[in-house]
Amino acid sequence: MTSPIAPAIEKQPTGIPGFDRIATGGLPRARATLVAGTAGSAKTVFATQFLVSGIVNQGDAGVFVTFEDRVEDIRANMLSFGWDIAQWEREGRWVFVDAAPDPEEPVQVLGSYDLSGLLVRIERAVKQVNAKRISLDSLNALFVQLDDPPILRAELFRITTALKRMGVTVVFTGERVDEYGEVTRHGIEEFVADNVIILRNLLDNERRRRTIEILKLRGAPHQRGEFPFTITSRDGIIVIPLSEIELTQSSSSIRVTSGIARLDEMCGGGFFRDSIVLASGATGTGKTLLVTQFMAGGCAAGERCLLFAFEESKDQLFRNAASWGLDFAAMEKSGLLMVVNRYPHAMAMEDHLVEMQQTISDFRPNRVAVDSLSALERVSPLRSFREFVISLTSFLKLKETTGLFTSTTASLLGGSSVTEKHISTLTDSIILLRYVESYGEMLRSLVLLKMRGSRHDSTLRQYTIDGTGMHIGEPFRDVVGILSGNPQFGTHGDQEA
Amino acid sequence: MQRPEASPDGLPHTLCRTVLPELRLKLFIAGDSPRAREAAANLARVCDEFLDGAATVETIDILVHPEAADEYRILTTPTVVRDLPLPRRRATGDFRDATQLLAALALYPTRTPT
Repeated sequence: MTSPIAPAIEKQPTGIPGFDRIATGGLPRARATLVAGTAGSAKTVFATQFLVSGIVNQGDAGVFVTFEDRVEDIRANMLSFGWDIAQWEREGRWVFVDAAPDPEEPVQVLGSYDLSGLLVRIERAVKQVNAKRISLDSLNALFVQLDDPPILRAELFRITTALKRMGVTVVFTGERVDEYGEVTRHGIEEFVADNVIILRNLLDNERRRRTIEILKLRGAPHQRGEFPFTITSRDGIIVIPLSEIELTQSSSSIRVTSGIARLDEMCGGGFFRDSIVLASGATGTGKTLLVTQFMAGGCAAGERCLLFAFEESKDQLFRNAASWGLDFAAMEKSGLLMVVNRYPHAMAMEDHLVEMQQTISDFRPNRVAVDSLSALERVSPLRSFREFVISLTSFLKLKETTGLFTSTTASLLGGSSVTEKHISTLTDSIILLRYVESYGEMLRSLVLLKMRGSRHDSTLRQYTIDGTGMHIGEPFRDVVGILSGNPQFGTHGDQEA
Repeated sequence: MQRPEASPDGLPHTLCRTVLPELRLKLFIAGDSPRAREAAANLARVCDEFLDGAATVETIDILVHPEAADEYRILTTPTVVRDLPLPRRRATGDFRDATQLLAALALYPTRTPT
């Protein structure tokens, strides 16, 4: 589609989840893009997925030129993502150009040559299926086959120019030596690439962390910096476009119940439907109870409720609920409640995020609780954790889903947790649950610290827990210093001094 | 494939041609270019001078027959493929050096190059 007023470069959506958002629409059409990365950085997956999503989403046929892997291996490897390349080949939507070296027939270089053979074969393949996309993987293998960088650069330039003239969008991969160094080993990018994308596979706190960065998108806007991504067997590469989603939050004025009538009153009528609430407290203060009542309150109102439990087993949670007079089993049977147990260590944050998003998309809940965020925070690099919270909160907001996250404070009295420090600005409301030592007795206190966009009761309340759940009582009037973990008792007047 | 033992001037020993099976070469070029002509001329000279004209050389222009480029997995041009006897051997370039070409294609000259 050409528009008379916009001479801007037309974008070709790649269809790689999240990528088109950070590339503001996709890759420039009929241009060449270098995807560079170290060994194991998922370059081949990117190159393949670029063609796959063209076929699946846009009906664009594709050509895959392999300089390294054997065609049979690529077919077999990509089947693990559910990509049946052989089927697309039969349908005339995918063509391989096999340019991998044949160990049986090594080529001796004797004098000057050009890459016309490759060009002719590529052009033939493109015409054969009327391809709109082409991936070449990887150029380094070509440089190993024919060790003559000056000729190869000139010839690659000729090939990409020919492809661009044919209106084909080109992705080629190149290997990097270091995660932060020269773009590629042979300096290919300066000669052939209009655009450069870098895939990284970093070791961060003994855990692998994948990121993608658009280094250059000639003449086209894009988001800068590194974005985390993950690879799933269902969708291949999924990019997590952090900053983009932060900006698109709408806000709702519809209220929903917290499951506790007095808490609803304190909030001015309940939580906002698209708000994210953080409940923070030491162990045993009643965070899981808050979550349980939040779920039960939702079910009672006919809402679909989803609980991600990272600390306690399903049996434990159901037993806890029963001890407060709430029947989770019945709620689950009614189809309104879904409890998902995950072991925090089981996978990387990015994978947790993608799995949770998929579960949310499948179950379509009205409210979601995560118990607890601290369990996740303990097993992940801080940056990954923060990105996880940003992405999850944005995702919930986009779906107008109410979220309740819990966070465990390290000290029993007062104190704050790392979790809070890093996510308090991302949440709309914060509920603090604190122990108060009072004349030889442990009391519990609750305060609604923050409630974005609403008047709320900010008094410090005492509450008790019994067989029917949480009971919020009257405000503490004669105690100061509860939140700092150093309560001082006295008369109301003394506080002024 | 073992390389034949080199003679003092660095060339393979002359072998009796009668023990060799049919020798068929294919030269792949991309259009009529100076380089293609030079490669063809050099190849013809080698066949003529050192192989006693026993080889058959077929020149294939991949611009006319792109399917042949696929069949023979041609990347670079000019490329010469020793199609017979098997196993296939291949070399790419303009073949200015006759000795190197013979070695690359594992051909044993009937006459020692001078």
